[in-house]
Amino acid sequence: MIKIKAKDVDVFYGKKQALFNISLDIEENQVTALIGPSGCGKSTFLRCLNRMNDVIDICSVKGEILINDFNINDKSCDVVRLREKIGMVFQKPNPFPKTLYENVSYGPTIHGMAQSKQEMDEIVETSLKKAALWEEVKDRLHEPGTGLSGGQQQRLCIARAISVRPEVILMDEPCSALDPIATAQIEELIDELKKEHTIIIVTHSMAQAARVSQNTGFFHLGQLIEHGSTDKIFKNPDNTKTQDYITGRFG
Amino acid sequence: MNLILFTFIVLLGFTSYYFGRKKAYTIQSTKKRLTALPQFYGYYLAIWCAIPAFIIFSLWAIFEPTIVKLLVLNDYSNQGYLDDELNLIYEKTKALSRGQFTGEITPFIEASAEKYLSLRSIAQSSKVVIVLSIIIASVAYAYKRISSNSRTREPVEKFLNAVLFTASLAAILTTVGIVFSLIFQTIDFFKVIPLFDFVFGTHWYPAKAFVRDSSEALDPTMYSDTFGAVPIFAGTFFIAFIAMCVAIPIGLMSGIYLAEYASYKVRQYAKPLIEILAGIPTVVYGFFAALTVGPFLKELGTSMGLEVSAESALAAGGVMGIMIIPFISSLSDDVITSVPQSLRDGSYAMGATKSETIKRVIFPAALPGIVGSILLGVSRAIGETMIVVMASGLAANLTLNPLESTSTITAQIVVILIGDQAFGDPKTQAAFALGMSLFLVTLCLNIVALRVVKKYREKYE
Repeated sequence: MIKIKAKDVDVFYGKKQALFNISLDIEENQVTALIGPSGCGKSTFLRCLNRMNDVIDICSVKGEILINDFNINDKSCDVVRLREKIGMVFQKPNPFPKTLYENVSYGPTIHGMAQSKQEMDEIVETSLKKAALWEEVKDRLHEPGTGLSGGQQQRLCIARAISVRPEVILMDEPCSALDPIATAQIEELIDELKKEHTIIIVTHSMAQAARVSQNTGFFHLGQLIEHGSTDKIFKNPDNTKTQDYITGRFG
Repeated sequence: MNLILFTFIVLLGFTSYYFGRKKAYTIQSTKKRLTALPQFYGYYLAIWCAIPAFIIFSLWAIFEPTIVKLLVLNDYSNQGYLDDELNLIYEKTKALSRGQFTGEITPFIEASAEKYLSLRSIAQSSKVVIVLSIIIASVAYAYKRISSNSRTREPVEKFLNAVLFTASLAAILTTVGIVFSLIFQTIDFFKVIPLFDFVFGTHWYPAKAFVRDSSEALDPTMYSDTFGAVPIFAGTFFIAFIAMCVAIPIGLMSGIYLAEYASYKVRQYAKPLIEILAGIPTVVYGFFAALTVGPFLKELGTSMGLEVSAESALAAGGVMGIMIIPFISSLSDDVITSVPQSLRDGSYAMGATKSETIKRVIFPAALPGIVGSILLGVSRAIGETMIVVMASGLAANLTLNPLESTSTITAQIVVILIGDQAFGDPKTQAAFALGMSLFLVTLCLNIVALRVVKKYREKYE
């Protein structure tokens, strides 16, 4: 099942073109990794999928991005609803300077998803459980989220993202600020989350891409050079550039 | 004479800089490696030239008059004069030596005047000789010490350190001095007026103290019910409250607009324009309040059947609020802008709108800094003088009606100290007591504000 279909996407920062003609299909309930050297446009592409590029004044996006066969670049698209369906986890853990509970209940509150305190408690608990953080924090839900360790903060951000039950989760280098143990925990979590969510992860680590993803897209200088199953990309790529990057000859 | 000598020392200092550097270049040209850049040798020599000379010069300037006086009055010792009489004789002597003495000239005084003049001229010439020889000696010593491996960098750096230290010491000592003068005068004031009457009294009427004949003995009982500070403290806080009612909403909202909504271009023009408000002299705000806002409010009130005083707390407070807007708007703009972008991204990515993001994430995150900016604004409002003096009247009414006139601590200090004052008079000392209490209030506010702002910084840096 194709969840997201990008067709001829161009992105401009002012007059500078950052992405050229990207067409990519994302499979439902699978992990798709986007790899490539720094500045190749993989994060820019990721931010197109929940229209986070709207925040940047000079950025403009052309082309079609179909999610459930609906073009999100269409004028009729409600960005608030879109971002409810497409969650995002950032490179640096960015919990709000509020309590753990308020961090997780943030999304459900603004989308009016809980009618009572009890319902909200349940949402917070299930989200934290899904993010494998519940056991560690259940006794201090009302302490500030900024007091957690880096890995815990990132899992809190994942809990925050999944609290509104998004269909897709975008992850922008979620482990780049974490140590190997915290990274392993997040990777395990990604594997678990793909049962219910479609996941797209941008990563610098090829080993991570190989470990967690089923599909991989390789970006270079704003172009999608090659995409396909992770197995194929890593073992038998069609393009020599992909081959060079995977084997560490550049990038 | 002193000025010439002073200029001369400075010039010599510059010259020795060049000589020091020149010697360093000479050493360098013999292929020896210097321990410091040639300039350091120049500075080294210049410091050696000027500093000992200046020290001697200033010591001389301090002690010369005393010593001359001692020597002149030496002739009169053992003649049974009192100190006061001796001082008078010395003043007469000096006046005579300047040719300004108009009284009867006795031979005694004439002799002393001659002695005074000769002593002065000896002192002058010996000063020049001593200062010059000090310069020659120290420059010669330092010049000889300059060699390829002499250490010049450390003494120069140490000297700079000492200069900077002295500058900050001067600032601190001045502050301490001002605080101490406040404290002592305040203590004197409370010796006459009981602290209880000052803090809890409800009548402030210092004019009563003006009528005292200074030849009469001080009678504390006549001051009862004169220096009760409650009305002016109430007036101060009331006017500050009105000012903050204007400044906080407008300042905060314009700060949020500038930080979050305004496009780069709008911000570029709007921010300096708002900051121009902060550059307007308060006296201009003062007559704006007294001549424009006050009469306008009076007319408006009269047309609505209200009794409005031309000098009302509302006019003064309102204009003061306008004055404080730029402080709050500019500071809160800075604070909001420094909330990390990642928090905004996190909130937008959850589907929050701009106003939700501001209300739920950015504002709470920036709150400590905003509170800090508001407290700084309050301490400005409490310390503001000119607007109140001009627009709010000088009668210390105890009222909570914004349409009546009230007075503030600062305005009362002005009232008390304008015109003639006598030191040691409770009326004058009252100004010090008021100044002291004002100082304490704003000090506390500033400390709290700085604490809050600091706490906020620690959180994000």
